[in-house]
Amino acid sequence: MNNEVVFSQELEVEGGDFVRGGESSCRILEILKELAFSPAIVRRAGIAAYEAEMNIVMYAEQGNLNLTVTPDRIVIVAEDRGPGIEDIDLAMQEGYSTATDEIREMGFGAGMGLPNIKKNSDDMEISSSVGEGTRVQIVIRANHEGTSSEAA
Amino acid sequence: MRLEEIVEAIDVEVLVGEEWLPQREITTVSACDLMSDVLAFAKPGILLVTGLTNSQVVRTAAIAQLAGVIIVRGKRPGADTIELARKMQVPLLSTSMHMFELCSELAKIGLVGTRTQ
Repeated sequence: MNNEVVFSQELEVEGGDFVRGGESSCRILEILKELAFSPAIVRRAGIAAYEAEMNIVMYAEQGNLNLTVTPDRIVIVAEDRGPGIEDIDLAMQEGYSTATDEIREMGFGAGMGLPNIKKNSDDMEISSSVGEGTRVQIVIRANHEGTSSEAA
Repeated sequence: MRLEEIVEAIDVEVLVGEEWLPQREITTVSACDLMSDVLAFAKPGILLVTGLTNSQVVRTAAIAQLAGVIIVRGKRPGADTIELARKMQVPLLSTSMHMFELCSELAKIGLVGTRTQ
């Protein structure tokens, strides 16, 4: 495995900003395209990053996306300061959501976010402290095109 | 079917991306107002039919590599959404038709839903 970091960047995400929400993921999308990853890899990483970013926008006060790229893998860590998740198993269930009406009007809050991050990742780790925040680590292997999103 | 052919066959107005229409190949159509769902079944080449006009529609389309977006019921997105679509190269179209009506028209010219392909 080649662990040499070829690119890393920290991108801020503002909680509650539904207009600008997704900008950091779009930046990640541009970076991964510039680094010449395949469209399938870029799509999986983009979707996972965007879902994680929108979770911060929807539920947290403040957070960031940390992108680290090595020749072998793309790692995106979404960390926030916010309410945290009480029951992670429940939050991972498709359809479970605590979204507000404002969130649903934007087309989100269907309870598909975390399951969809998992589907698009080769490895996903989530940890959370109630009242403090949540950390989601997304790993996408650069040589693994993945079939989950295509098979849906 | 290319997006250009759809624009020729159906009463839709191009808001952004006239120049990209000949290169956009549509494989299937999805009618959906839930971006979470779009992201969950995303495949390249989908034409999205939606009633939403906010910036998240454009970001969803760009990230999920959709071929284009048609907004129904004559709604016009704001200047910021238009600008974002231009920047992210997402063709944005609009029609006065309602969602089912537009979907019927798209089916008549031979397009199929995302699941059936």
